[in-house]
Amino acid sequence: MAKRTFNGGIHPYDGKDLSKDKPIKEVLPKGDLVYPLSQHIGAPAKPIVEKGDRVLTGQKIAEAGGFVSAPIYATVSGTVKAIEPRRVVTGDSVMSIIIENDGLYEEVEYPKRKPLEEMTKEEIIECVKEAGIVGMGGAGFPTFIKLSPKEPEKIDYVIANCAECEPYLTSDYRRMLEEPEKLVGGLKVSLKLFDNARGILAVEDNKPDCIEKLKELVKDEPRISVKELKTKYPQGAERQIIYATTGRAINSSMLPADAGCVVNNVDTVVAIYHAVIEGKPLMNRIVTVTGDAIADPRNFIVRIGTNYHELVEEAGGFKQEPVKVVSGGPMMGFALFNLDVPTTKTASALLCLTEDEVSQMEPSACINCGRCVEVCPGRVVPKILAVAAAHGDEETFLSHDGMECCECGCCSFICPAKRPLTQNIKSMRKLMLAKKKK
Amino acid sequence: MSELLKVSSNPHVRSKSTTTGIMMTVVIALLPAAGFGIYNFGPKALLLILVTVASTVLTEFLFEKICKKKVTIGDFSAVVTGLLLALNLPVSAPWWIGVIGGVFAILVVKMLFGGLGQNFMNPALGARCFLLISFTSIMTNFDCDAYTGATPLANLKSGEAVNILDMVIGRTAGTIGETSMIAIVIGACILILFGIIDLRIPGTYIVTLAIFVSIFGAHGMDWPYISAHLSGGGLMLGAFFMATDYVTRPITKKGQYLYGVLLGILTGIFRIFGPSAEGVSYAIIIGNLLVPLIEKITLPKAFGKGGEKA
Repeated sequence: MAKRTFNGGIHPYDGKDLSKDKPIKEVLPKGDLVYPLSQHIGAPAKPIVEKGDRVLTGQKIAEAGGFVSAPIYATVSGTVKAIEPRRVVTGDSVMSIIIENDGLYEEVEYPKRKPLEEMTKEEIIECVKEAGIVGMGGAGFPTFIKLSPKEPEKIDYVIANCAECEPYLTSDYRRMLEEPEKLVGGLKVSLKLFDNARGILAVEDNKPDCIEKLKELVKDEPRISVKELKTKYPQGAERQIIYATTGRAINSSMLPADAGCVVNNVDTVVAIYHAVIEGKPLMNRIVTVTGDAIADPRNFIVRIGTNYHELVEEAGGFKQEPVKVVSGGPMMGFALFNLDVPTTKTASALLCLTEDEVSQMEPSACINCGRCVEVCPGRVVPKILAVAAAHGDEETFLSHDGMECCECGCCSFICPAKRPLTQNIKSMRKLMLAKKKK
Repeated sequence: MSELLKVSSNPHVRSKSTTTGIMMTVVIALLPAAGFGIYNFGPKALLLILVTVASTVLTEFLFEKICKKKVTIGDFSAVVTGLLLALNLPVSAPWWIGVIGGVFAILVVKMLFGGLGQNFMNPALGARCFLLISFTSIMTNFDCDAYTGATPLANLKSGEAVNILDMVIGRTAGTIGETSMIAIVIGACILILFGIIDLRIPGTYIVTLAIFVSIFGAHGMDWPYISAHLSGGGLMLGAFFMATDYVTRPITKKGQYLYGVLLGILTGIFRIFGPSAEGVSYAIIIGNLLVPLIEKITLPKAFGKGGEKA
């Protein structure tokens, strides 16, 4: 059988060998922890502690600021030092709670959970909501909303997105290898919400060991199956993974639920397990610290709020001065102008490169080669959109489906003339979205 | 780490392919045809090739110097144009034909329209047609040391017998680079292997022409006649190296199929109903002019908007 995939896409250098064989190691933060109140899509969380308060590990320090929002928990014990704006990975200044770590890691007592069989659907969703879980693949959409669509009986597939298609990233890979039972457990919890759904673990075929392990684990689970996907970027993009696993295609104005699907990333599914089975809120995540500037590339389990400087130190520091540091993968991550930013719920990697190949390239004339069209998973014509964006031509941009772009970066990657296609289109999309809101 | 790091928008990595790399691959892919042309027609062919390439490159260089623009001859696109144009000249043409053609291709067809990527017509073909109209007797004189008389296609048109094997190998009269089907196909394989072109345009073009001549050629499903049409004249060179020119072919997939069909029909009409035995150059040039319209009606549907089943 042909491997499942989508149309378009690229095969960038994957760099995963740097860190894929390094087991997950815990990082205990030494310095202050910073909790931006906006680590998710939606309204910022509201602080419920004040300067000078003592907090425990696992204590809620900010509550959801609206329906589309998520609470935030302290990940160490210590004292609230300040509530002030701090720089985050996107370069924005975001109101944040700063906690001075006392190094004791005193924990709150987590609520005892009933066995899963006795829990109602409402209770499960409440657990996920209270735990502050958001999409940890990068989007940061509150997970409880994904888990409570209007018509839960119409959901046919609950997909665990185990593609990890971004180059260099190995955090999901290590999680699947080291704690596959939690992944399957989390998927089982999600399946309890959808009576007619089947669970799918969708893994790219560059991780045969994970596929084998997961297959072994689910062989007695009639509702869960493992699906092998072709290794190709952006296989893990939500719309692409839905198409690859189910053959259903949705556009940007639809939700996965419209295609009868719910998609969650590996770390998110594991967080659901922690919240519903163990009663623990979302407090940590796996972060891959990698790149050719890092002395000892590794995968860490990191308490949210930990400063990136500490992660680099834990990975042996820099063996060579980095020129570019990216939070996330090289295709969709954010370039940082310094390391003084906190780990948030959506940070999957810290990539430190000794060379900034992009700045060395000078864009030349478009020769209309069509490679951007060939690789675009959104099936639009990036060349036309980028020109329209550069000219501020809204009409052409919209009529050529510019809003269907998922900003995956394939067109810029492949362009032989090194034109900033994604960048142009991305700016225009931001402008159009802002206009829509007004 | 006191200094600020470099920041830019995603993606932060790029593929290895470059415009220069693509153009150089095309030049390499044209070498078998050029080499056979030199072998077939003698050293004069080499001279004509060199003069024409020098003319295109120098024209681009001087134009950019005079207009105080960035000099772009390093991208090899002018070399491709010069080489293609030379391969489209008869070996009997005097050297100044190559110079005039080269200047016309680069100056009029390419640079005056904005340079690389902006020309609406293939520069080499534009120049060839210009020469064909202006210097008809020179451009259609295929007499040379090795061959006298007409091209196989002209013989075919006047009802004479042609030797298919000679046509496939290239031992016939014709322009420098068009005679050998084998050499051109070797070059085409290089382009396909390196992902420079695919078979969408050449495939539909050749198949459409085959169907067209079998219907309207008054020979029916006569294989020798059809193969003579496919291996004769500028079809192979045109289909693989000129119809696939990035700048002047549609960018959409569906558009490329439509374009191939259109070229096949036009070539068939020109060859069978026109006064000349040849029709590839004019067919591609007219095709070039229709590209904006073809693109307009063949824009792909965005993912999830009916392009794929929902």
